[in-house]
Amino acid sequence: MTPEGGTITLKGEEGPLVSYKLIKWHIAAAGISILISMTAGFLYSLQFLGYYPFPDSEALSPGHLRLIHTNMAAYGWLVNGFTAISYYAIPRLTGFRVASEKLGVVIFWAWQLTLVLMMGGLAHNKGQAIEWGETPTGFRPGTFEMNYVPVDLLVVVGAVLLIVQLMTPLYKARGQKYYVTLWYFTSGLVWLALTYLMGNIIPEWVLPGAAGAAVTGLFIHDLVGLYVTPMGWGMMYFFVPLILRKPIWSHSLSVIGFWALAFFYPLGGVHHFLISPIPDYVEFGAISTTIAIEVVVTTVVVNFFMTLRGKWSALRTNMGIRWFYLGAVFYFITCFQCAFQVTWTFQKIIHFTDWVVGHAHMIMFGTFSFWIFGSIHWLWPRLCKREWYSSRLNGWHFWLSTLGITIMFLTLTMSGLIAGFMQKGLNPWVDMVESSVPFWWVRTFSGGMFIAGLMCGLYNMWMTARSDREYVEEEHYIALEAD
Amino acid sequence: MERFYTFVFVAGIGCFAIAFLLSMVFPWMSLSEYHGMDYQTLEQLAEEPSEEFVQLHDSFTEAFEEVYPGGPTSENYADALQLGRDLYVGQACWHCHSQYVRVTSNEEQRWGPPSEAYEYTNELNQPHLWGTRRVGPDLARLKGRHTNDWHIAHFMAPKNVVPYSIMPAYAYYFEEDGTPKEEGFALVTYLQWLGTTYEEEH
Repeated sequence: MTPEGGTITLKGEEGPLVSYKLIKWHIAAAGISILISMTAGFLYSLQFLGYYPFPDSEALSPGHLRLIHTNMAAYGWLVNGFTAISYYAIPRLTGFRVASEKLGVVIFWAWQLTLVLMMGGLAHNKGQAIEWGETPTGFRPGTFEMNYVPVDLLVVVGAVLLIVQLMTPLYKARGQKYYVTLWYFTSGLVWLALTYLMGNIIPEWVLPGAAGAAVTGLFIHDLVGLYVTPMGWGMMYFFVPLILRKPIWSHSLSVIGFWALAFFYPLGGVHHFLISPIPDYVEFGAISTTIAIEVVVTTVVVNFFMTLRGKWSALRTNMGIRWFYLGAVFYFITCFQCAFQVTWTFQKIIHFTDWVVGHAHMIMFGTFSFWIFGSIHWLWPRLCKREWYSSRLNGWHFWLSTLGITIMFLTLTMSGLIAGFMQKGLNPWVDMVESSVPFWWVRTFSGGMFIAGLMCGLYNMWMTARSDREYVEEEHYIALEAD
Repeated sequence: MERFYTFVFVAGIGCFAIAFLLSMVFPWMSLSEYHGMDYQTLEQLAEEPSEEFVQLHDSFTEAFEEVYPGGPTSENYADALQLGRDLYVGQACWHCHSQYVRVTSNEEQRWGPPSEAYEYTNELNQPHLWGTRRVGPDLARLKGRHTNDWHIAHFMAPKNVVPYSIMPAYAYYFEEDGTPKEEGFALVTYLQWLGTTYEEEH
């Protein structure tokens, strides 16, 4: 990890390389965000069962809670989580500090304020018609007349500051050969800015209708594929070798995985609106590149499982590895599923159904959230310098989440297929709704399992931070630090 | 190769730009050559107030005049359409109702003629509201399918109209006797507009 031919900034300069304070704050904010997101999702699911708790409230209508659920998952949970991990990984991999700790404090509070304003706007009908980017524009549609705080703009400012903060060490290390994690993090930060600007400006102000739909499809897709996925894999490439204490199996496969993601992933955007008024050749392009991604995903997953060879026992002994590898299995399942569901044959049946909802939860919760949980599991004792309060609670968190997502995925896939064929079969609409209700009960139950698991995890983190059992760093890491 | 500039410029900006070209610029160029793709502003869409808007005025004259002084004029119609759309967006209606009919899965028989690109080239479809999920029915061909009274009764208590419906009630947009408030007028007007841009002889 020594910069090639450069000086080691770690030594001889005052202050630590990594600011633990900022990491802890961001992890705490991420935890609160996912709790809000899950609670909103859970309450929203009650509407499907006829037991919605606030039927007379406009602000807390089921639609508003749905928006809060998805947007807090993206901008609250994932962004805070990834930022925390970037603060840890980037200085360690480059040997340079982030731009400024004070800037970090500003970014942190600005971002949380943005989240609060976002939720307020969503609850007051100020959401924008961009899926997964409903953050209020703050302007009356089609005009420059303000009707709310321009949250979109705040997100852009936050993202730019974050890029300045994290790109500084990356830029300073420009003479070095980068490790895989930094490939993903560097490109991911660039993509985040471009994606957010494209998705929130073009369909809203420039292109209407079908041409705009191609862009909103690309936006949903890129936010997952060009921000969440690179950050997720960057974490995997960072933590897995660190925990297993061995290098990634094949560098060539890492190269293929990264470049194929960079090239193929954004080309698939239009697959969110198939068999639509968007021209067919664009749809076919999106379908074929989406199938190509499946090949890439296989290479990356193979690379990680070959890395695990000879260390299988880590799955039993190390909770972090367990989160990471189960997440990778879920990732593979989702992508394998995607190669099929993207075809017109599947789209005819499943496009408008619960199938897609199951798919989305599997990838966002089963994979990326699992990876963040895994990272937190490794980081938290080191950040707080305290031993985990209870490994049993960690076990509950893991198993409730695992069983929950498996059940949710299965129930939604099944109800999606049934509903899809009932739509095609011209059954009366309400029959289809009625037939889905039992599956929705199971879905709500499985969502409850997520929340129960999360509560175990958060309580455990809280008690760990307050405990007095000091954490003793494992010897080989101390040796690593001294190098 | 594995250095900073590669990941910023080649992967970061380069790959993004290729995708932008293929999935945004190309479809936009093709679409703009389709027949009848002239952009319609809200004023143009609202030139002739709909029958249903006039009927709302006739049924609830007093409340209507209070919200929209001057009766069912083009300006008032435009205001109602805009607010209706804003509520449809803000309340996330579009996350449970789609607004496009596909040429597959017998959708023509259930909803009506398949959607075409020209129907969406207007201010009320910027951004489009196609949606990606159908918990409730597609609404692209809703105009005239139900009466205003049906919509009002349905908004106030969906289960009274469709026994197994799971749609939330939006009774807070109406008085207790069913007289719409401003939001109620707007929502019904907007829903009764959906499908207007479709032409049989296109």
